[in-house]
Amino acid sequence: MSDALLAITLVWGFIFLYAIMASMDFGAGFWAMTYIKKEETNATKIANSYLSPTWEVTNTFIVGLVIAIYSLFPGAVFTIGVALIVPASLILVLLCIRSAFLVFSHSVDKYEKVLTYISGITGLIIPGLLISVLPITHLGFLEGVRGNEELNLTKLFTSPNEYAFLLFGILSTLFLSSLLLSDYSKQADEMKAYKIYRRDAMITGPLMLVMALLVMFTLKNEANWIYVEMMKNSALLLLSLVFFVLAGIALYLPYFSKREVKGMPRLAVVSIIIQYLIGSYVYGIAHLPYIIYPNVTILSGFTDPTSFRAVFATYIVGFAILVPGFYYFWSIFMKDQRRKFKRRQMTN
Amino acid sequence: MDHLQIARAMFGTNMAVHIIFATIGVGLPLMMLAAELMYQRTKDLQYVVMAKRWTKTLAVLLGVGIPTGTIAGVQLSLLWPGFMEVIGRVMALPFQIEIYAFMVEALFMSIYVYAAEKIKPWARIVSLFFVAFGALASAVLISNVHAFEGTPAGFRFENGEIVDVDPWAAFFNPSFLVTAGHTALTAYATGAFVVAAVAAYKMLKNKYGTTEFNFHQKALKLSIVLGLFFSFLTALNGHATTQHLYREQPEKLAAAEGLFETRDHAGLTLLGYTDREAQEVKYGIEFPGLLSFLSGNSFDTVVTGLNDFPEEYWPPLYVHILFNGMVIIGTGLIALSLFALVWSKLLKKDTYPKWILWLFVASGPLSVISIEFGWIFACTGRQPWTIYRMLTTADSVTTYENLGFLFTMFIIVYIVLCVSVVFTLVYYFKRHSISDDIYKAEQKDVRLFDSNS
Repeated sequence: MSDALLAITLVWGFIFLYAIMASMDFGAGFWAMTYIKKEETNATKIANSYLSPTWEVTNTFIVGLVIAIYSLFPGAVFTIGVALIVPASLILVLLCIRSAFLVFSHSVDKYEKVLTYISGITGLIIPGLLISVLPITHLGFLEGVRGNEELNLTKLFTSPNEYAFLLFGILSTLFLSSLLLSDYSKQADEMKAYKIYRRDAMITGPLMLVMALLVMFTLKNEANWIYVEMMKNSALLLLSLVFFVLAGIALYLPYFSKREVKGMPRLAVVSIIIQYLIGSYVYGIAHLPYIIYPNVTILSGFTDPTSFRAVFATYIVGFAILVPGFYYFWSIFMKDQRRKFKRRQMTN
Repeated sequence: MDHLQIARAMFGTNMAVHIIFATIGVGLPLMMLAAELMYQRTKDLQYVVMAKRWTKTLAVLLGVGIPTGTIAGVQLSLLWPGFMEVIGRVMALPFQIEIYAFMVEALFMSIYVYAAEKIKPWARIVSLFFVAFGALASAVLISNVHAFEGTPAGFRFENGEIVDVDPWAAFFNPSFLVTAGHTALTAYATGAFVVAAVAAYKMLKNKYGTTEFNFHQKALKLSIVLGLFFSFLTALNGHATTQHLYREQPEKLAAAEGLFETRDHAGLTLLGYTDREAQEVKYGIEFPGLLSFLSGNSFDTVVTGLNDFPEEYWPPLYVHILFNGMVIIGTGLIALSLFALVWSKLLKKDTYPKWILWLFVASGPLSVISIEFGWIFACTGRQPWTIYRMLTTADSVTTYENLGFLFTMFIIVYIVLCVSVVFTLVYYFKRHSISDDIYKAEQKDVRLFDSNS
């Protein structure tokens, strides 16, 4: 594997991880808002208790992602910076307000309601904006010569492909988060919330799949180059569909314990993540060698080899130290949240 | 305003907001660590309560510090893609390592908060140490990028292409240590004086002898000692920083001092403003020969004036005011804390007179203002360059022209955040009094920390 390919794999890995984590994070915010009036189900509380420990990590991740892009592909920075200045600024503003009120609401009770609405609404808008980055990179709407490019926003917002991606992003967010929350509430023995989130996953899942097909369909018309490349891996695309079906089965499966609850949400979560992994691999490999079609490729954007080695070394050292640490404290965190949640239920 | 100016104003506003929270975010962990150590020494529970309340404050402040930091990190490549293209190629390491430093801080912060009552005192101190270490490392690393902008190293341009890249040479650029040291020391001094300001204010508002009064008096004493220590070190380091300027960015020093003609026995002018036409600092107090002496430890040192540089290389001349403001506040804070220390140690006074307390109330905001002056001086004093003598600001900026709308949007967000952070702190501490916290601390089985702090 060439250095540039290794680097883009790393970046794509970050994007995938961030997409999964952020979907769960933003979706949880949306569900918390949706069920705010249905207090007896605890669906909002479950979503909120999941939300609070995760935002900081997710937030760090987006910075890490941006840094990974500019340290591995500095030659792409100018074009990316110009192309994304409007959507990225909007994302920043919304993210900033959301994170700040998440923190403030721990200290000021009356912010809790404000927060629920802020994180609920931004929970839909931010993923929509984030996923719009993908059509920008493959539709080729960047006009002008290098160093003086401008994104044609009119073309972007009249493109069906953009809207297919937008809806796909939003529905994926809702699907992934409801799936995860169903698993999470089952762990916390919150059966009412579990049933609600399981139902939501069952609704949003098929809708998401429809949108994925729509994405493919619009790609065929508007960005045929990537569609052709993706279809070369149609076997993998079918495999990802298999995992989707598997997740569906897992949700309906009888549960092998005394409790009368149907479904194995944990299995569904895992197979859906595999489904997305395969899907994003197929999209990603078809996207190569372009970072932004047709302006920037991974080779034209790639950093200096000496810098690459130094940066890569810091990744290895940093991850070797932090991954085990993070895993350990994450599990403590989640356990603590659940315990606290149960305790609060007992006192109520 | 043309779009370069809007871009500068936009990024400047972000930094101006961010550094308040970032600086206190570096300074407070050290105060918390000091309070925990004092508890181990005195077994006085009030110090535990102190550390707890500062932790809570820190958590709330991070609610602005982290999002504005996120904006800064992303906005760098949105507004200054030309600059980040070079940074990405040459100076990516500090940003990379900073991410890990931040994660270390976040990790140990959660151990400290979540497990505070369950772990042994030494483990508590160790986790606080790593919180402080992570915060310090972040500050040092990001300041290093700033240092690199002033004294670039580890690459050169050949026909517009970057060649001979050595990322570690860039990392250890000539002014790394002195610049990073300046950021670290001033952050610690600021943390101490911000605490002192709150404590002094509360002492003025509470009756002598009450629990609240005693609590804040302990906090004030602690912050005076640390504030004096770090502001004194800042002065020594500031001297070294200035000598670096003399050697490495002479036009910045010349602009800071309003020196136009190259000469030995150059004088240092305090206050006043720099008159471009008359080529002198007007209405200032001049100390003959002092600038030469400070620059090279001898009155015979020849200091280069602005006239030796083409005028388009001149930094804006108002930096003289910023530089003076920073130095005067810094010196004033040393004097104030030294006086207060002498007052209590030599005169064996139990408390301070009101006017000293009021001066301490002012010391917090003043030290923050001094930080702002320092950063604005450091960044505008480098103009017209983003990377000194390598890359101009005009070549760094985005080609996107309609920044006005985005700028307005960000300003509104910063106002909302700054207002709500103050509201949050006031609201929380009004409902969680010191006596409540002390009572809680005395009960062995009650959790002192909210798990959400």
